[in-house]
Amino acid sequence: MSDRDVLKVADLNVYYKNRKRKLFSKKNKKIHALHDVNVSMEEGEVLAIAGESGSGKSTLARAIVGINKDYTGTIWQKYDRPQMVFQDPYSSLNPAKKIGWLLEEPLRVDKTRTWTKEEMRKRVLEILDEIELPVSYLDRYPAQLSGGQRQRVCIGIALMRSPKLLIADEPVSALDVTIQAQILELLENLHRKHGISIIFISHDLRVVYKISDHVMIMKDGRVVEYGETKELYRNPKAEYTKSLLKAAGIVK
Amino acid sequence: MSKARTELKRNIKENPYLLAGLIITGLILLMTIVGIFWTPYEPTAMNSAEKLKGVSFRHLMGTDNMGRDIFSRVMYGSRITLLIAIGTVAIGAGVGTIIGALTGYFGGMLDEVMMRIIDALFAFPSILLALVIVSVFGTGWIQLLISLGIAFVPSFARIVRGEVLRCKNMDYVENARLQGVSDFRMIFVHIVPNIKGVLASSIMIGFNNAVLAEAGLSYLGVGSQPPYASLGKMLSDAQQYMFTMPTYVLFPGAIIVLMVLGFAFLGEGISRWK
Repeated sequence: MSDRDVLKVADLNVYYKNRKRKLFSKKNKKIHALHDVNVSMEEGEVLAIAGESGSGKSTLARAIVGINKDYTGTIWQKYDRPQMVFQDPYSSLNPAKKIGWLLEEPLRVDKTRTWTKEEMRKRVLEILDEIELPVSYLDRYPAQLSGGQRQRVCIGIALMRSPKLLIADEPVSALDVTIQAQILELLENLHRKHGISIIFISHDLRVVYKISDHVMIMKDGRVVEYGETKELYRNPKAEYTKSLLKAAGIVK
Repeated sequence: MSKARTELKRNIKENPYLLAGLIITGLILLMTIVGIFWTPYEPTAMNSAEKLKGVSFRHLMGTDNMGRDIFSRVMYGSRITLLIAIGTVAIGAGVGTIIGALTGYFGGMLDEVMMRIIDALFAFPSILLALVIVSVFGTGWIQLLISLGIAFVPSFARIVRGEVLRCKNMDYVENARLQGVSDFRMIFVHIVPNIKGVLASSIMIGFNNAVLAEAGLSYLGVGSQPPYASLGKMLSDAQQYMFTMPTYVLFPGAIIVLMVLGFAFLGEGISRWK
């Protein structure tokens, strides 16, 4: 383990409870969602996790941020409280709260320190500037914003307490193409400016190529291939990676 | 503030239910509030010269069998009825929301046990349940209020639990949890505001049921005690004079109907709020 690592996942197995609990079945069968996953990432890098739907990308992300606690293996992190940007900006913002309130909430529940009103206001304005939204939006409800604007707010909420690790779980999949480009640019800017490490989950290999330093290809809960992005695209080893690249039209 | 006012204006314009509800409820409330400070006659003052009179300028709603002014008694009685209804809903909705939110959010054993208790409470009609509680703790309007309140807890708990179950797996709840929001704060600050629409309309419906249940229980004689009377009590006193002096039974009944109607419209209006 080098000093520069921010995240090290070793032999991670994640299980999901089988929801359909039958009255007379003896054992509660669990679904084995991830098999022996090993990842490590260095400070300030962008790691992409790619693969088809149901390959365990989001499961891995949820295990890392601690939503899914049913796992074996170790997840070591240098900093606590990684933040996550969810796939669907339409369901990841509380519809009953205004944007300003949502942005302040991470500060209000901060146990490490108490924020005064002025400090909160100042921080919210800083973040608002980063996510390139006008101040007037603070008084709006999520329903009054477009998908791209909502995703900006989600990114803003994640950034409020300056996390060192940000997990973006298909942050652009629910958006249309022009907005996708804007959100990706925003993420790249933040990465460059603050040196945040980003785990970028996507099924779009073109986007992955643009944004990431390393890439991990997953299928059926297993890691198929891992490597430096440019190298892996030029010289894919696994059959599955080849077929993915072919399907995306990147190699013939 | 002005923003809220324009929103209210727009909703009133587009939504006849809200307007009708506001007018009817407003009139009833006005009558009740005026009744606190002033009534045309003392509600308990008897006048043997004017027993069972019909509508006149001296007595707007006529007089009862003891010569008491019905309008004055209605003004006083609607206060008791409203008080009991508000108290009932406050207890029912308050306790019900807390139980429903906690069981829905945490699930597991707590949920199973609480829901079976709620099921058991549900098995009794609310009037019967209230009757049992009143017969244990004695008659009087405070006992009535508490017993009706307890009888109203299950329906609120059910509604809130269902809504919390719907909300608790939403992304925004997980998002908030990642930021370090505690369970308690999650339930009452993040989730409950999202179910206020459902809660508001069930409070309105619950309010109507409370008015009717109070009337029913007072009719059975376990509510407010003479010489003061709630609207339901007046109805039960009036029934033997139904044919000799119909105004005696009609006016208190009409006020109950208006009260229920007003709140029903208000509830409908709120649920259609845009």
